[in-house]
Amino acid sequence: MVAKGKIVWVSGPAVRADGMASVKMYETVEVGESKLIGEVIRLTGEIAFIQVYESTSGLRPGEPVVGTGQPLSVLLGPGIIGKIYDGIQRPLEEIAKKSGAFISKGISTTPIDLKKKYHFKPALKIGENVKAGTIIGTIEETPLLTHSILIPPDSSGGRVIDITGEGDYDLEQIISTIENNGIKFPLKMYHKWPVRKPRPYTERFDPTVPLITGQRVIDTYFPIAKGGTGAIPGGFGTGKTVTLHQIAKWADSKVVVYIGCGERGNEMTEVLVEFPHLIDPRSNRPLMERTVLVANTSNMPVAAREASIYTGVTIAEYYRDMGYDVVLVADSTSRWAEALREMSGRLEEMPAEEGYPSYLASRLAEFYERAGRVRALGSPDRNGSVTIVGAVSPSGADFTEPVTTHTIRFIKTFWALDTRLAYSRHYPSINWMQSYSGYLEDVSKWWTENISPDWYNLRAESYNILQREDTLKEIVRLLGPEALPDEEKLVLEMARMIKIGILQQNSFDKIDTYCGPEKQLKLVNLMVKFYKESLKLLKEGKSLSDIRSMPIIPSLIKAKFEIPDEQVSKLKDLESQMDTQFNEIRSQKEEVELVV
Amino acid sequence: MLSDFSSSSSVEYTKVAEIKGPIIVVDGITKASFDELVEIETSEGERRLGRVLEVGYGKAIVQIFEGTSGLAITGTKAKFLGKTMVMPVSNELLGRVFDGLGRPNDGLPEPIADKFLDVNGEPMNPERREYPTSFIQTGVSVIDGMLTLVRGQKLPIFSGSGLPHNILAAQIARQANVVGTNEDFAVVFAAIGVQYSEAQYFKRSLEDSGALRRSVLFLNLADDPAIERIITPRVALTVAEYLAFDLGMHVLAILTDMTNYCEALREISAAREEVPGRKGYPGYLYTDLANNYERAGRIKGRNGSVTQVPILSMPADDITHPIADLTGYITEGQIVLSRELFRKGVYPPVNVLMSLSRLMKDGVGEGKTRGDHMEVGNQLYDAYSRSQEVRALADIVGRAGLTGVDLKYLDVGDKFETYYLKQSVDENRNLEETLTRAWDILANLPKGELTKIKDKNIEQYYKEGSKHPTQ
Ligand SMILES: Nc1ncnc2c1ncn2[C@@H]1O[C@H](COP(=O)(O)OP(=O)(O)O)[C@@H](O)[C@H]1O
Ligand SMILES: [Mg+2]
Repeated sequence: MVAKGKIVWVSGPAVRADGMASVKMYETVEVGESKLIGEVIRLTGEIAFIQVYESTSGLRPGEPVVGTGQPLSVLLGPGIIGKIYDGIQRPLEEIAKKSGAFISKGISTTPIDLKKKYHFKPALKIGENVKAGTIIGTIEETPLLTHSILIPPDSSGGRVIDITGEGDYDLEQIISTIENNGIKFPLKMYHKWPVRKPRPYTERFDPTVPLITGQRVIDTYFPIAKGGTGAIPGGFGTGKTVTLHQIAKWADSKVVVYIGCGERGNEMTEVLVEFPHLIDPRSNRPLMERTVLVANTSNMPVAAREASIYTGVTIAEYYRDMGYDVVLVADSTSRWAEALREMSGRLEEMPAEEGYPSYLASRLAEFYERAGRVRALGSPDRNGSVTIVGAVSPSGADFTEPVTTHTIRFIKTFWALDTRLAYSRHYPSINWMQSYSGYLEDVSKWWTENISPDWYNLRAESYNILQREDTLKEIVRLLGPEALPDEEKLVLEMARMIKIGILQQNSFDKIDTYCGPEKQLKLVNLMVKFYKESLKLLKEGKSLSDIRSMPIIPSLIKAKFEIPDEQVSKLKDLESQMDTQFNEIRSQKEEVELVV
Repeated sequence: MLSDFSSSSSVEYTKVAEIKGPIIVVDGITKASFDELVEIETSEGERRLGRVLEVGYGKAIVQIFEGTSGLAITGTKAKFLGKTMVMPVSNELLGRVFDGLGRPNDGLPEPIADKFLDVNGEPMNPERREYPTSFIQTGVSVIDGMLTLVRGQKLPIFSGSGLPHNILAAQIARQANVVGTNEDFAVVFAAIGVQYSEAQYFKRSLEDSGALRRSVLFLNLADDPAIERIITPRVALTVAEYLAFDLGMHVLAILTDMTNYCEALREISAAREEVPGRKGYPGYLYTDLANNYERAGRIKGRNGSVTQVPILSMPADDITHPIADLTGYITEGQIVLSRELFRKGVYPPVNVLMSLSRLMKDGVGEGKTRGDHMEVGNQLYDAYSRSQEVRALADIVGRAGLTGVDLKYLDVGDKFETYYLKQSVDENRNLEETLTRAWDILANLPKGELTKIKDKNIEQYYKEGSKHPTQ
């Protein structure tokens, strides 16, 4: 029986309704005469506490509240990819068709087009015994993506008694029927899943394959693994969004879920405008064919911001269950936490630190726990992963605030953005001393096998230069660079070259925006070689100023944007020029000595 | 807006249970809705306006824009008007001056309305936004060259007391809207708790440039009711959206000073005894500010645009203060003014390193401005940043402890401030000149230092030591 009650209190996105004894916790309800969508978040006697996903302006005590009998769910099936949804999976395009350029309230839509026809190829045979998660058949969702139609994970399975032949069907068509204990279950190409409930899997593995993002400081220095977790905290303007956009563009995953949670409208528009024109370097198809956006911008209702994270991660798990690597980026988890805080405040719950509810940490943990590399339910055997990267926006760029400190506990890769680096236009402003990756050892096997056996050492040697510079900087600050011996001055010079030539990467440069693993390794290799050769020269008694004025230096630094990935062999030419110039210094110097 | 009380759905109550700070609690409520507009009548017959913040269990909490001073528990009437706050709009608004709640205060009659718009607006659908990409030349080198403003951007000025933010904003307003061209532009100016003289300065500046008749002014001055400030940016932006998206104008909306706005919000929150976030500001300050700042942009298929330049003063010049911090998290960059440069006599005293235009990359480059624009900007940032480091170092170790290249950077830093950054209040430099000046500065560095510029642009524009600009 559906609950029917009446509003007794309204304050912003929070509403209390009386007469709701039969409503369930987390059930979605229709609030008021204009049927705003809400969700029950607390029950006290007959009073339901509801967070409303739309503006409550004009809502009045006495208006009706009606239960739907369903928890907040998403509709999972073909047609999700390429869409932009709001926080509760309403397609923004459909909303625009009904209310124009501005979002009105009380608009109902269907998340995916149930009338659209897809070419279905069955994978089952009559008489087969099937389990939850088993692939019923496949359709081409986009030229980039084969979409497997799954038996819903909460199904008890059974025997196939009917399966339709290959052909074009819409989503309402029953494509298969299974029977279990005499009960028949008709199956369509889509199913519903409650967003707050993680989708089940058979088994979980440790992530070992790196997610290649084409961003040097990430892939080479602080890698993240497929199925791993990462956080990118930073003050405003430090590069969270740009970095997430870069990951969404270039990561070597099959599907990307981009959640814009309480951030700028234009940043979502940017993705919508850019992605259809960007070509995936691996498949040569537009990136939009693998991307889905969930947008709840900062000016959209705050409660739906809370839901958007779950909507996004449920969609990600769905594609994982087909056996795909999925990357989910969430910008920004702090806005989600603030939405929690706001609702908690209106519930008059006892606040913990900075007004955040005491369950902030457990909610964060639950969210990041939905990342992972798994073996999916059912057959055939397939593995998929969800990688989660969350931006964190600490107030005042202070990393000791609650959202940052709690997040750190649940993630393994930490990209610390540094306001000072951003001010000096060192982008991405990932601080190389504060950041870390818990996947370094796990992914080094992949690098060794696929790119070069020297990877681990080259990375370590170049990183060591940066570490030494960090210590030397203290001395320089007090005594000036001229107080250092040449060998240490060389470390400073080398660190400068690595910082500009490797760590800094311009997302807006056509060439620099993506740097493949091979080029990454070769650039690092050149730098390390330059350092070793220079050191040799110094030991031979040559002067640092000769090294400093080598014309190869700006070329080494600019190789990142002057030499495209396809011409990575040109780095060989640079290397031989470098050799020549080193040899020149050797001989030149002797001439000078002869003159003296 | 106030004259439109014809609505038959209004209900009057007389039971005021509590008066606290800027809010009153009305009892015996049978029909009232969240966000509803309320008209209060004091026992002396004075009328004030309010808005419902919370309603339920027979009570309504109402914030009073004009404040509660002089209100009594008995004799106060509260009429619930059955609608939310609206602003009458039409093209007759141009050239007019209103108070902070949108009532005429230039002695002229209420303009004839084309329609009435809810002052809260509605969120723009990201799917229908047109991504902003058109360069606006402001004639200010540091902005055009390094912090490019584009149409539909929201780019605030972070300032401090006594710094020339108004002068800069007025210069932008004058120079960005070239009077006499065919461009259909308008300026919407909202004074939020600022002094009379500041508002007057702005008005005069618009007058002198002939833009006043294309402007709409909303004035809530320092001695006007504080709570009214919560509405001032909302009415101003409602009008800006109307002019832009209904009438197709390119609107520049200047809101000053958002710090006063935030303080009004804090006052309400404190009176409601809400759990505070940082520095006593409510936890929803971010969302509330976003609801104002996000009302900028362009819409697919429509001509106009709303470009926002909000101004805020940072208490104690602290950029981590919640108001500046949350603003920076919402706006598309920030122009930060520096007290140090101001003391040195540099106008505009822009701290470029702390400043940022997030949309610059989209508004410049080949086919929009010039192919080297972005790279030159980046190189200038890099050079100036280096020069600042060297300057700090020189203070400790002296010039003797510096390398030759360091000394060059020191020099470049000085030249940047005096030859590029500095300009006069009425100097309108075109982009060509701004870029030339940039290359003149970079000419003081050896070629090998220009690591942010592609070789082909260096070949075309760089002439080592070609110029040694002094002033
Ligand atoms: N990798 C990058 N390359 C070039 N510019 C960058 C890069 N990362 C950040 N930026 C610059 O910094 C600005 C702010 O970055 P953004 O990601 O929007 O910051 P946040 O999300 O942390 O506030 C961008 O608009 C851009 O100008
Ligand atoms: Mg961001």
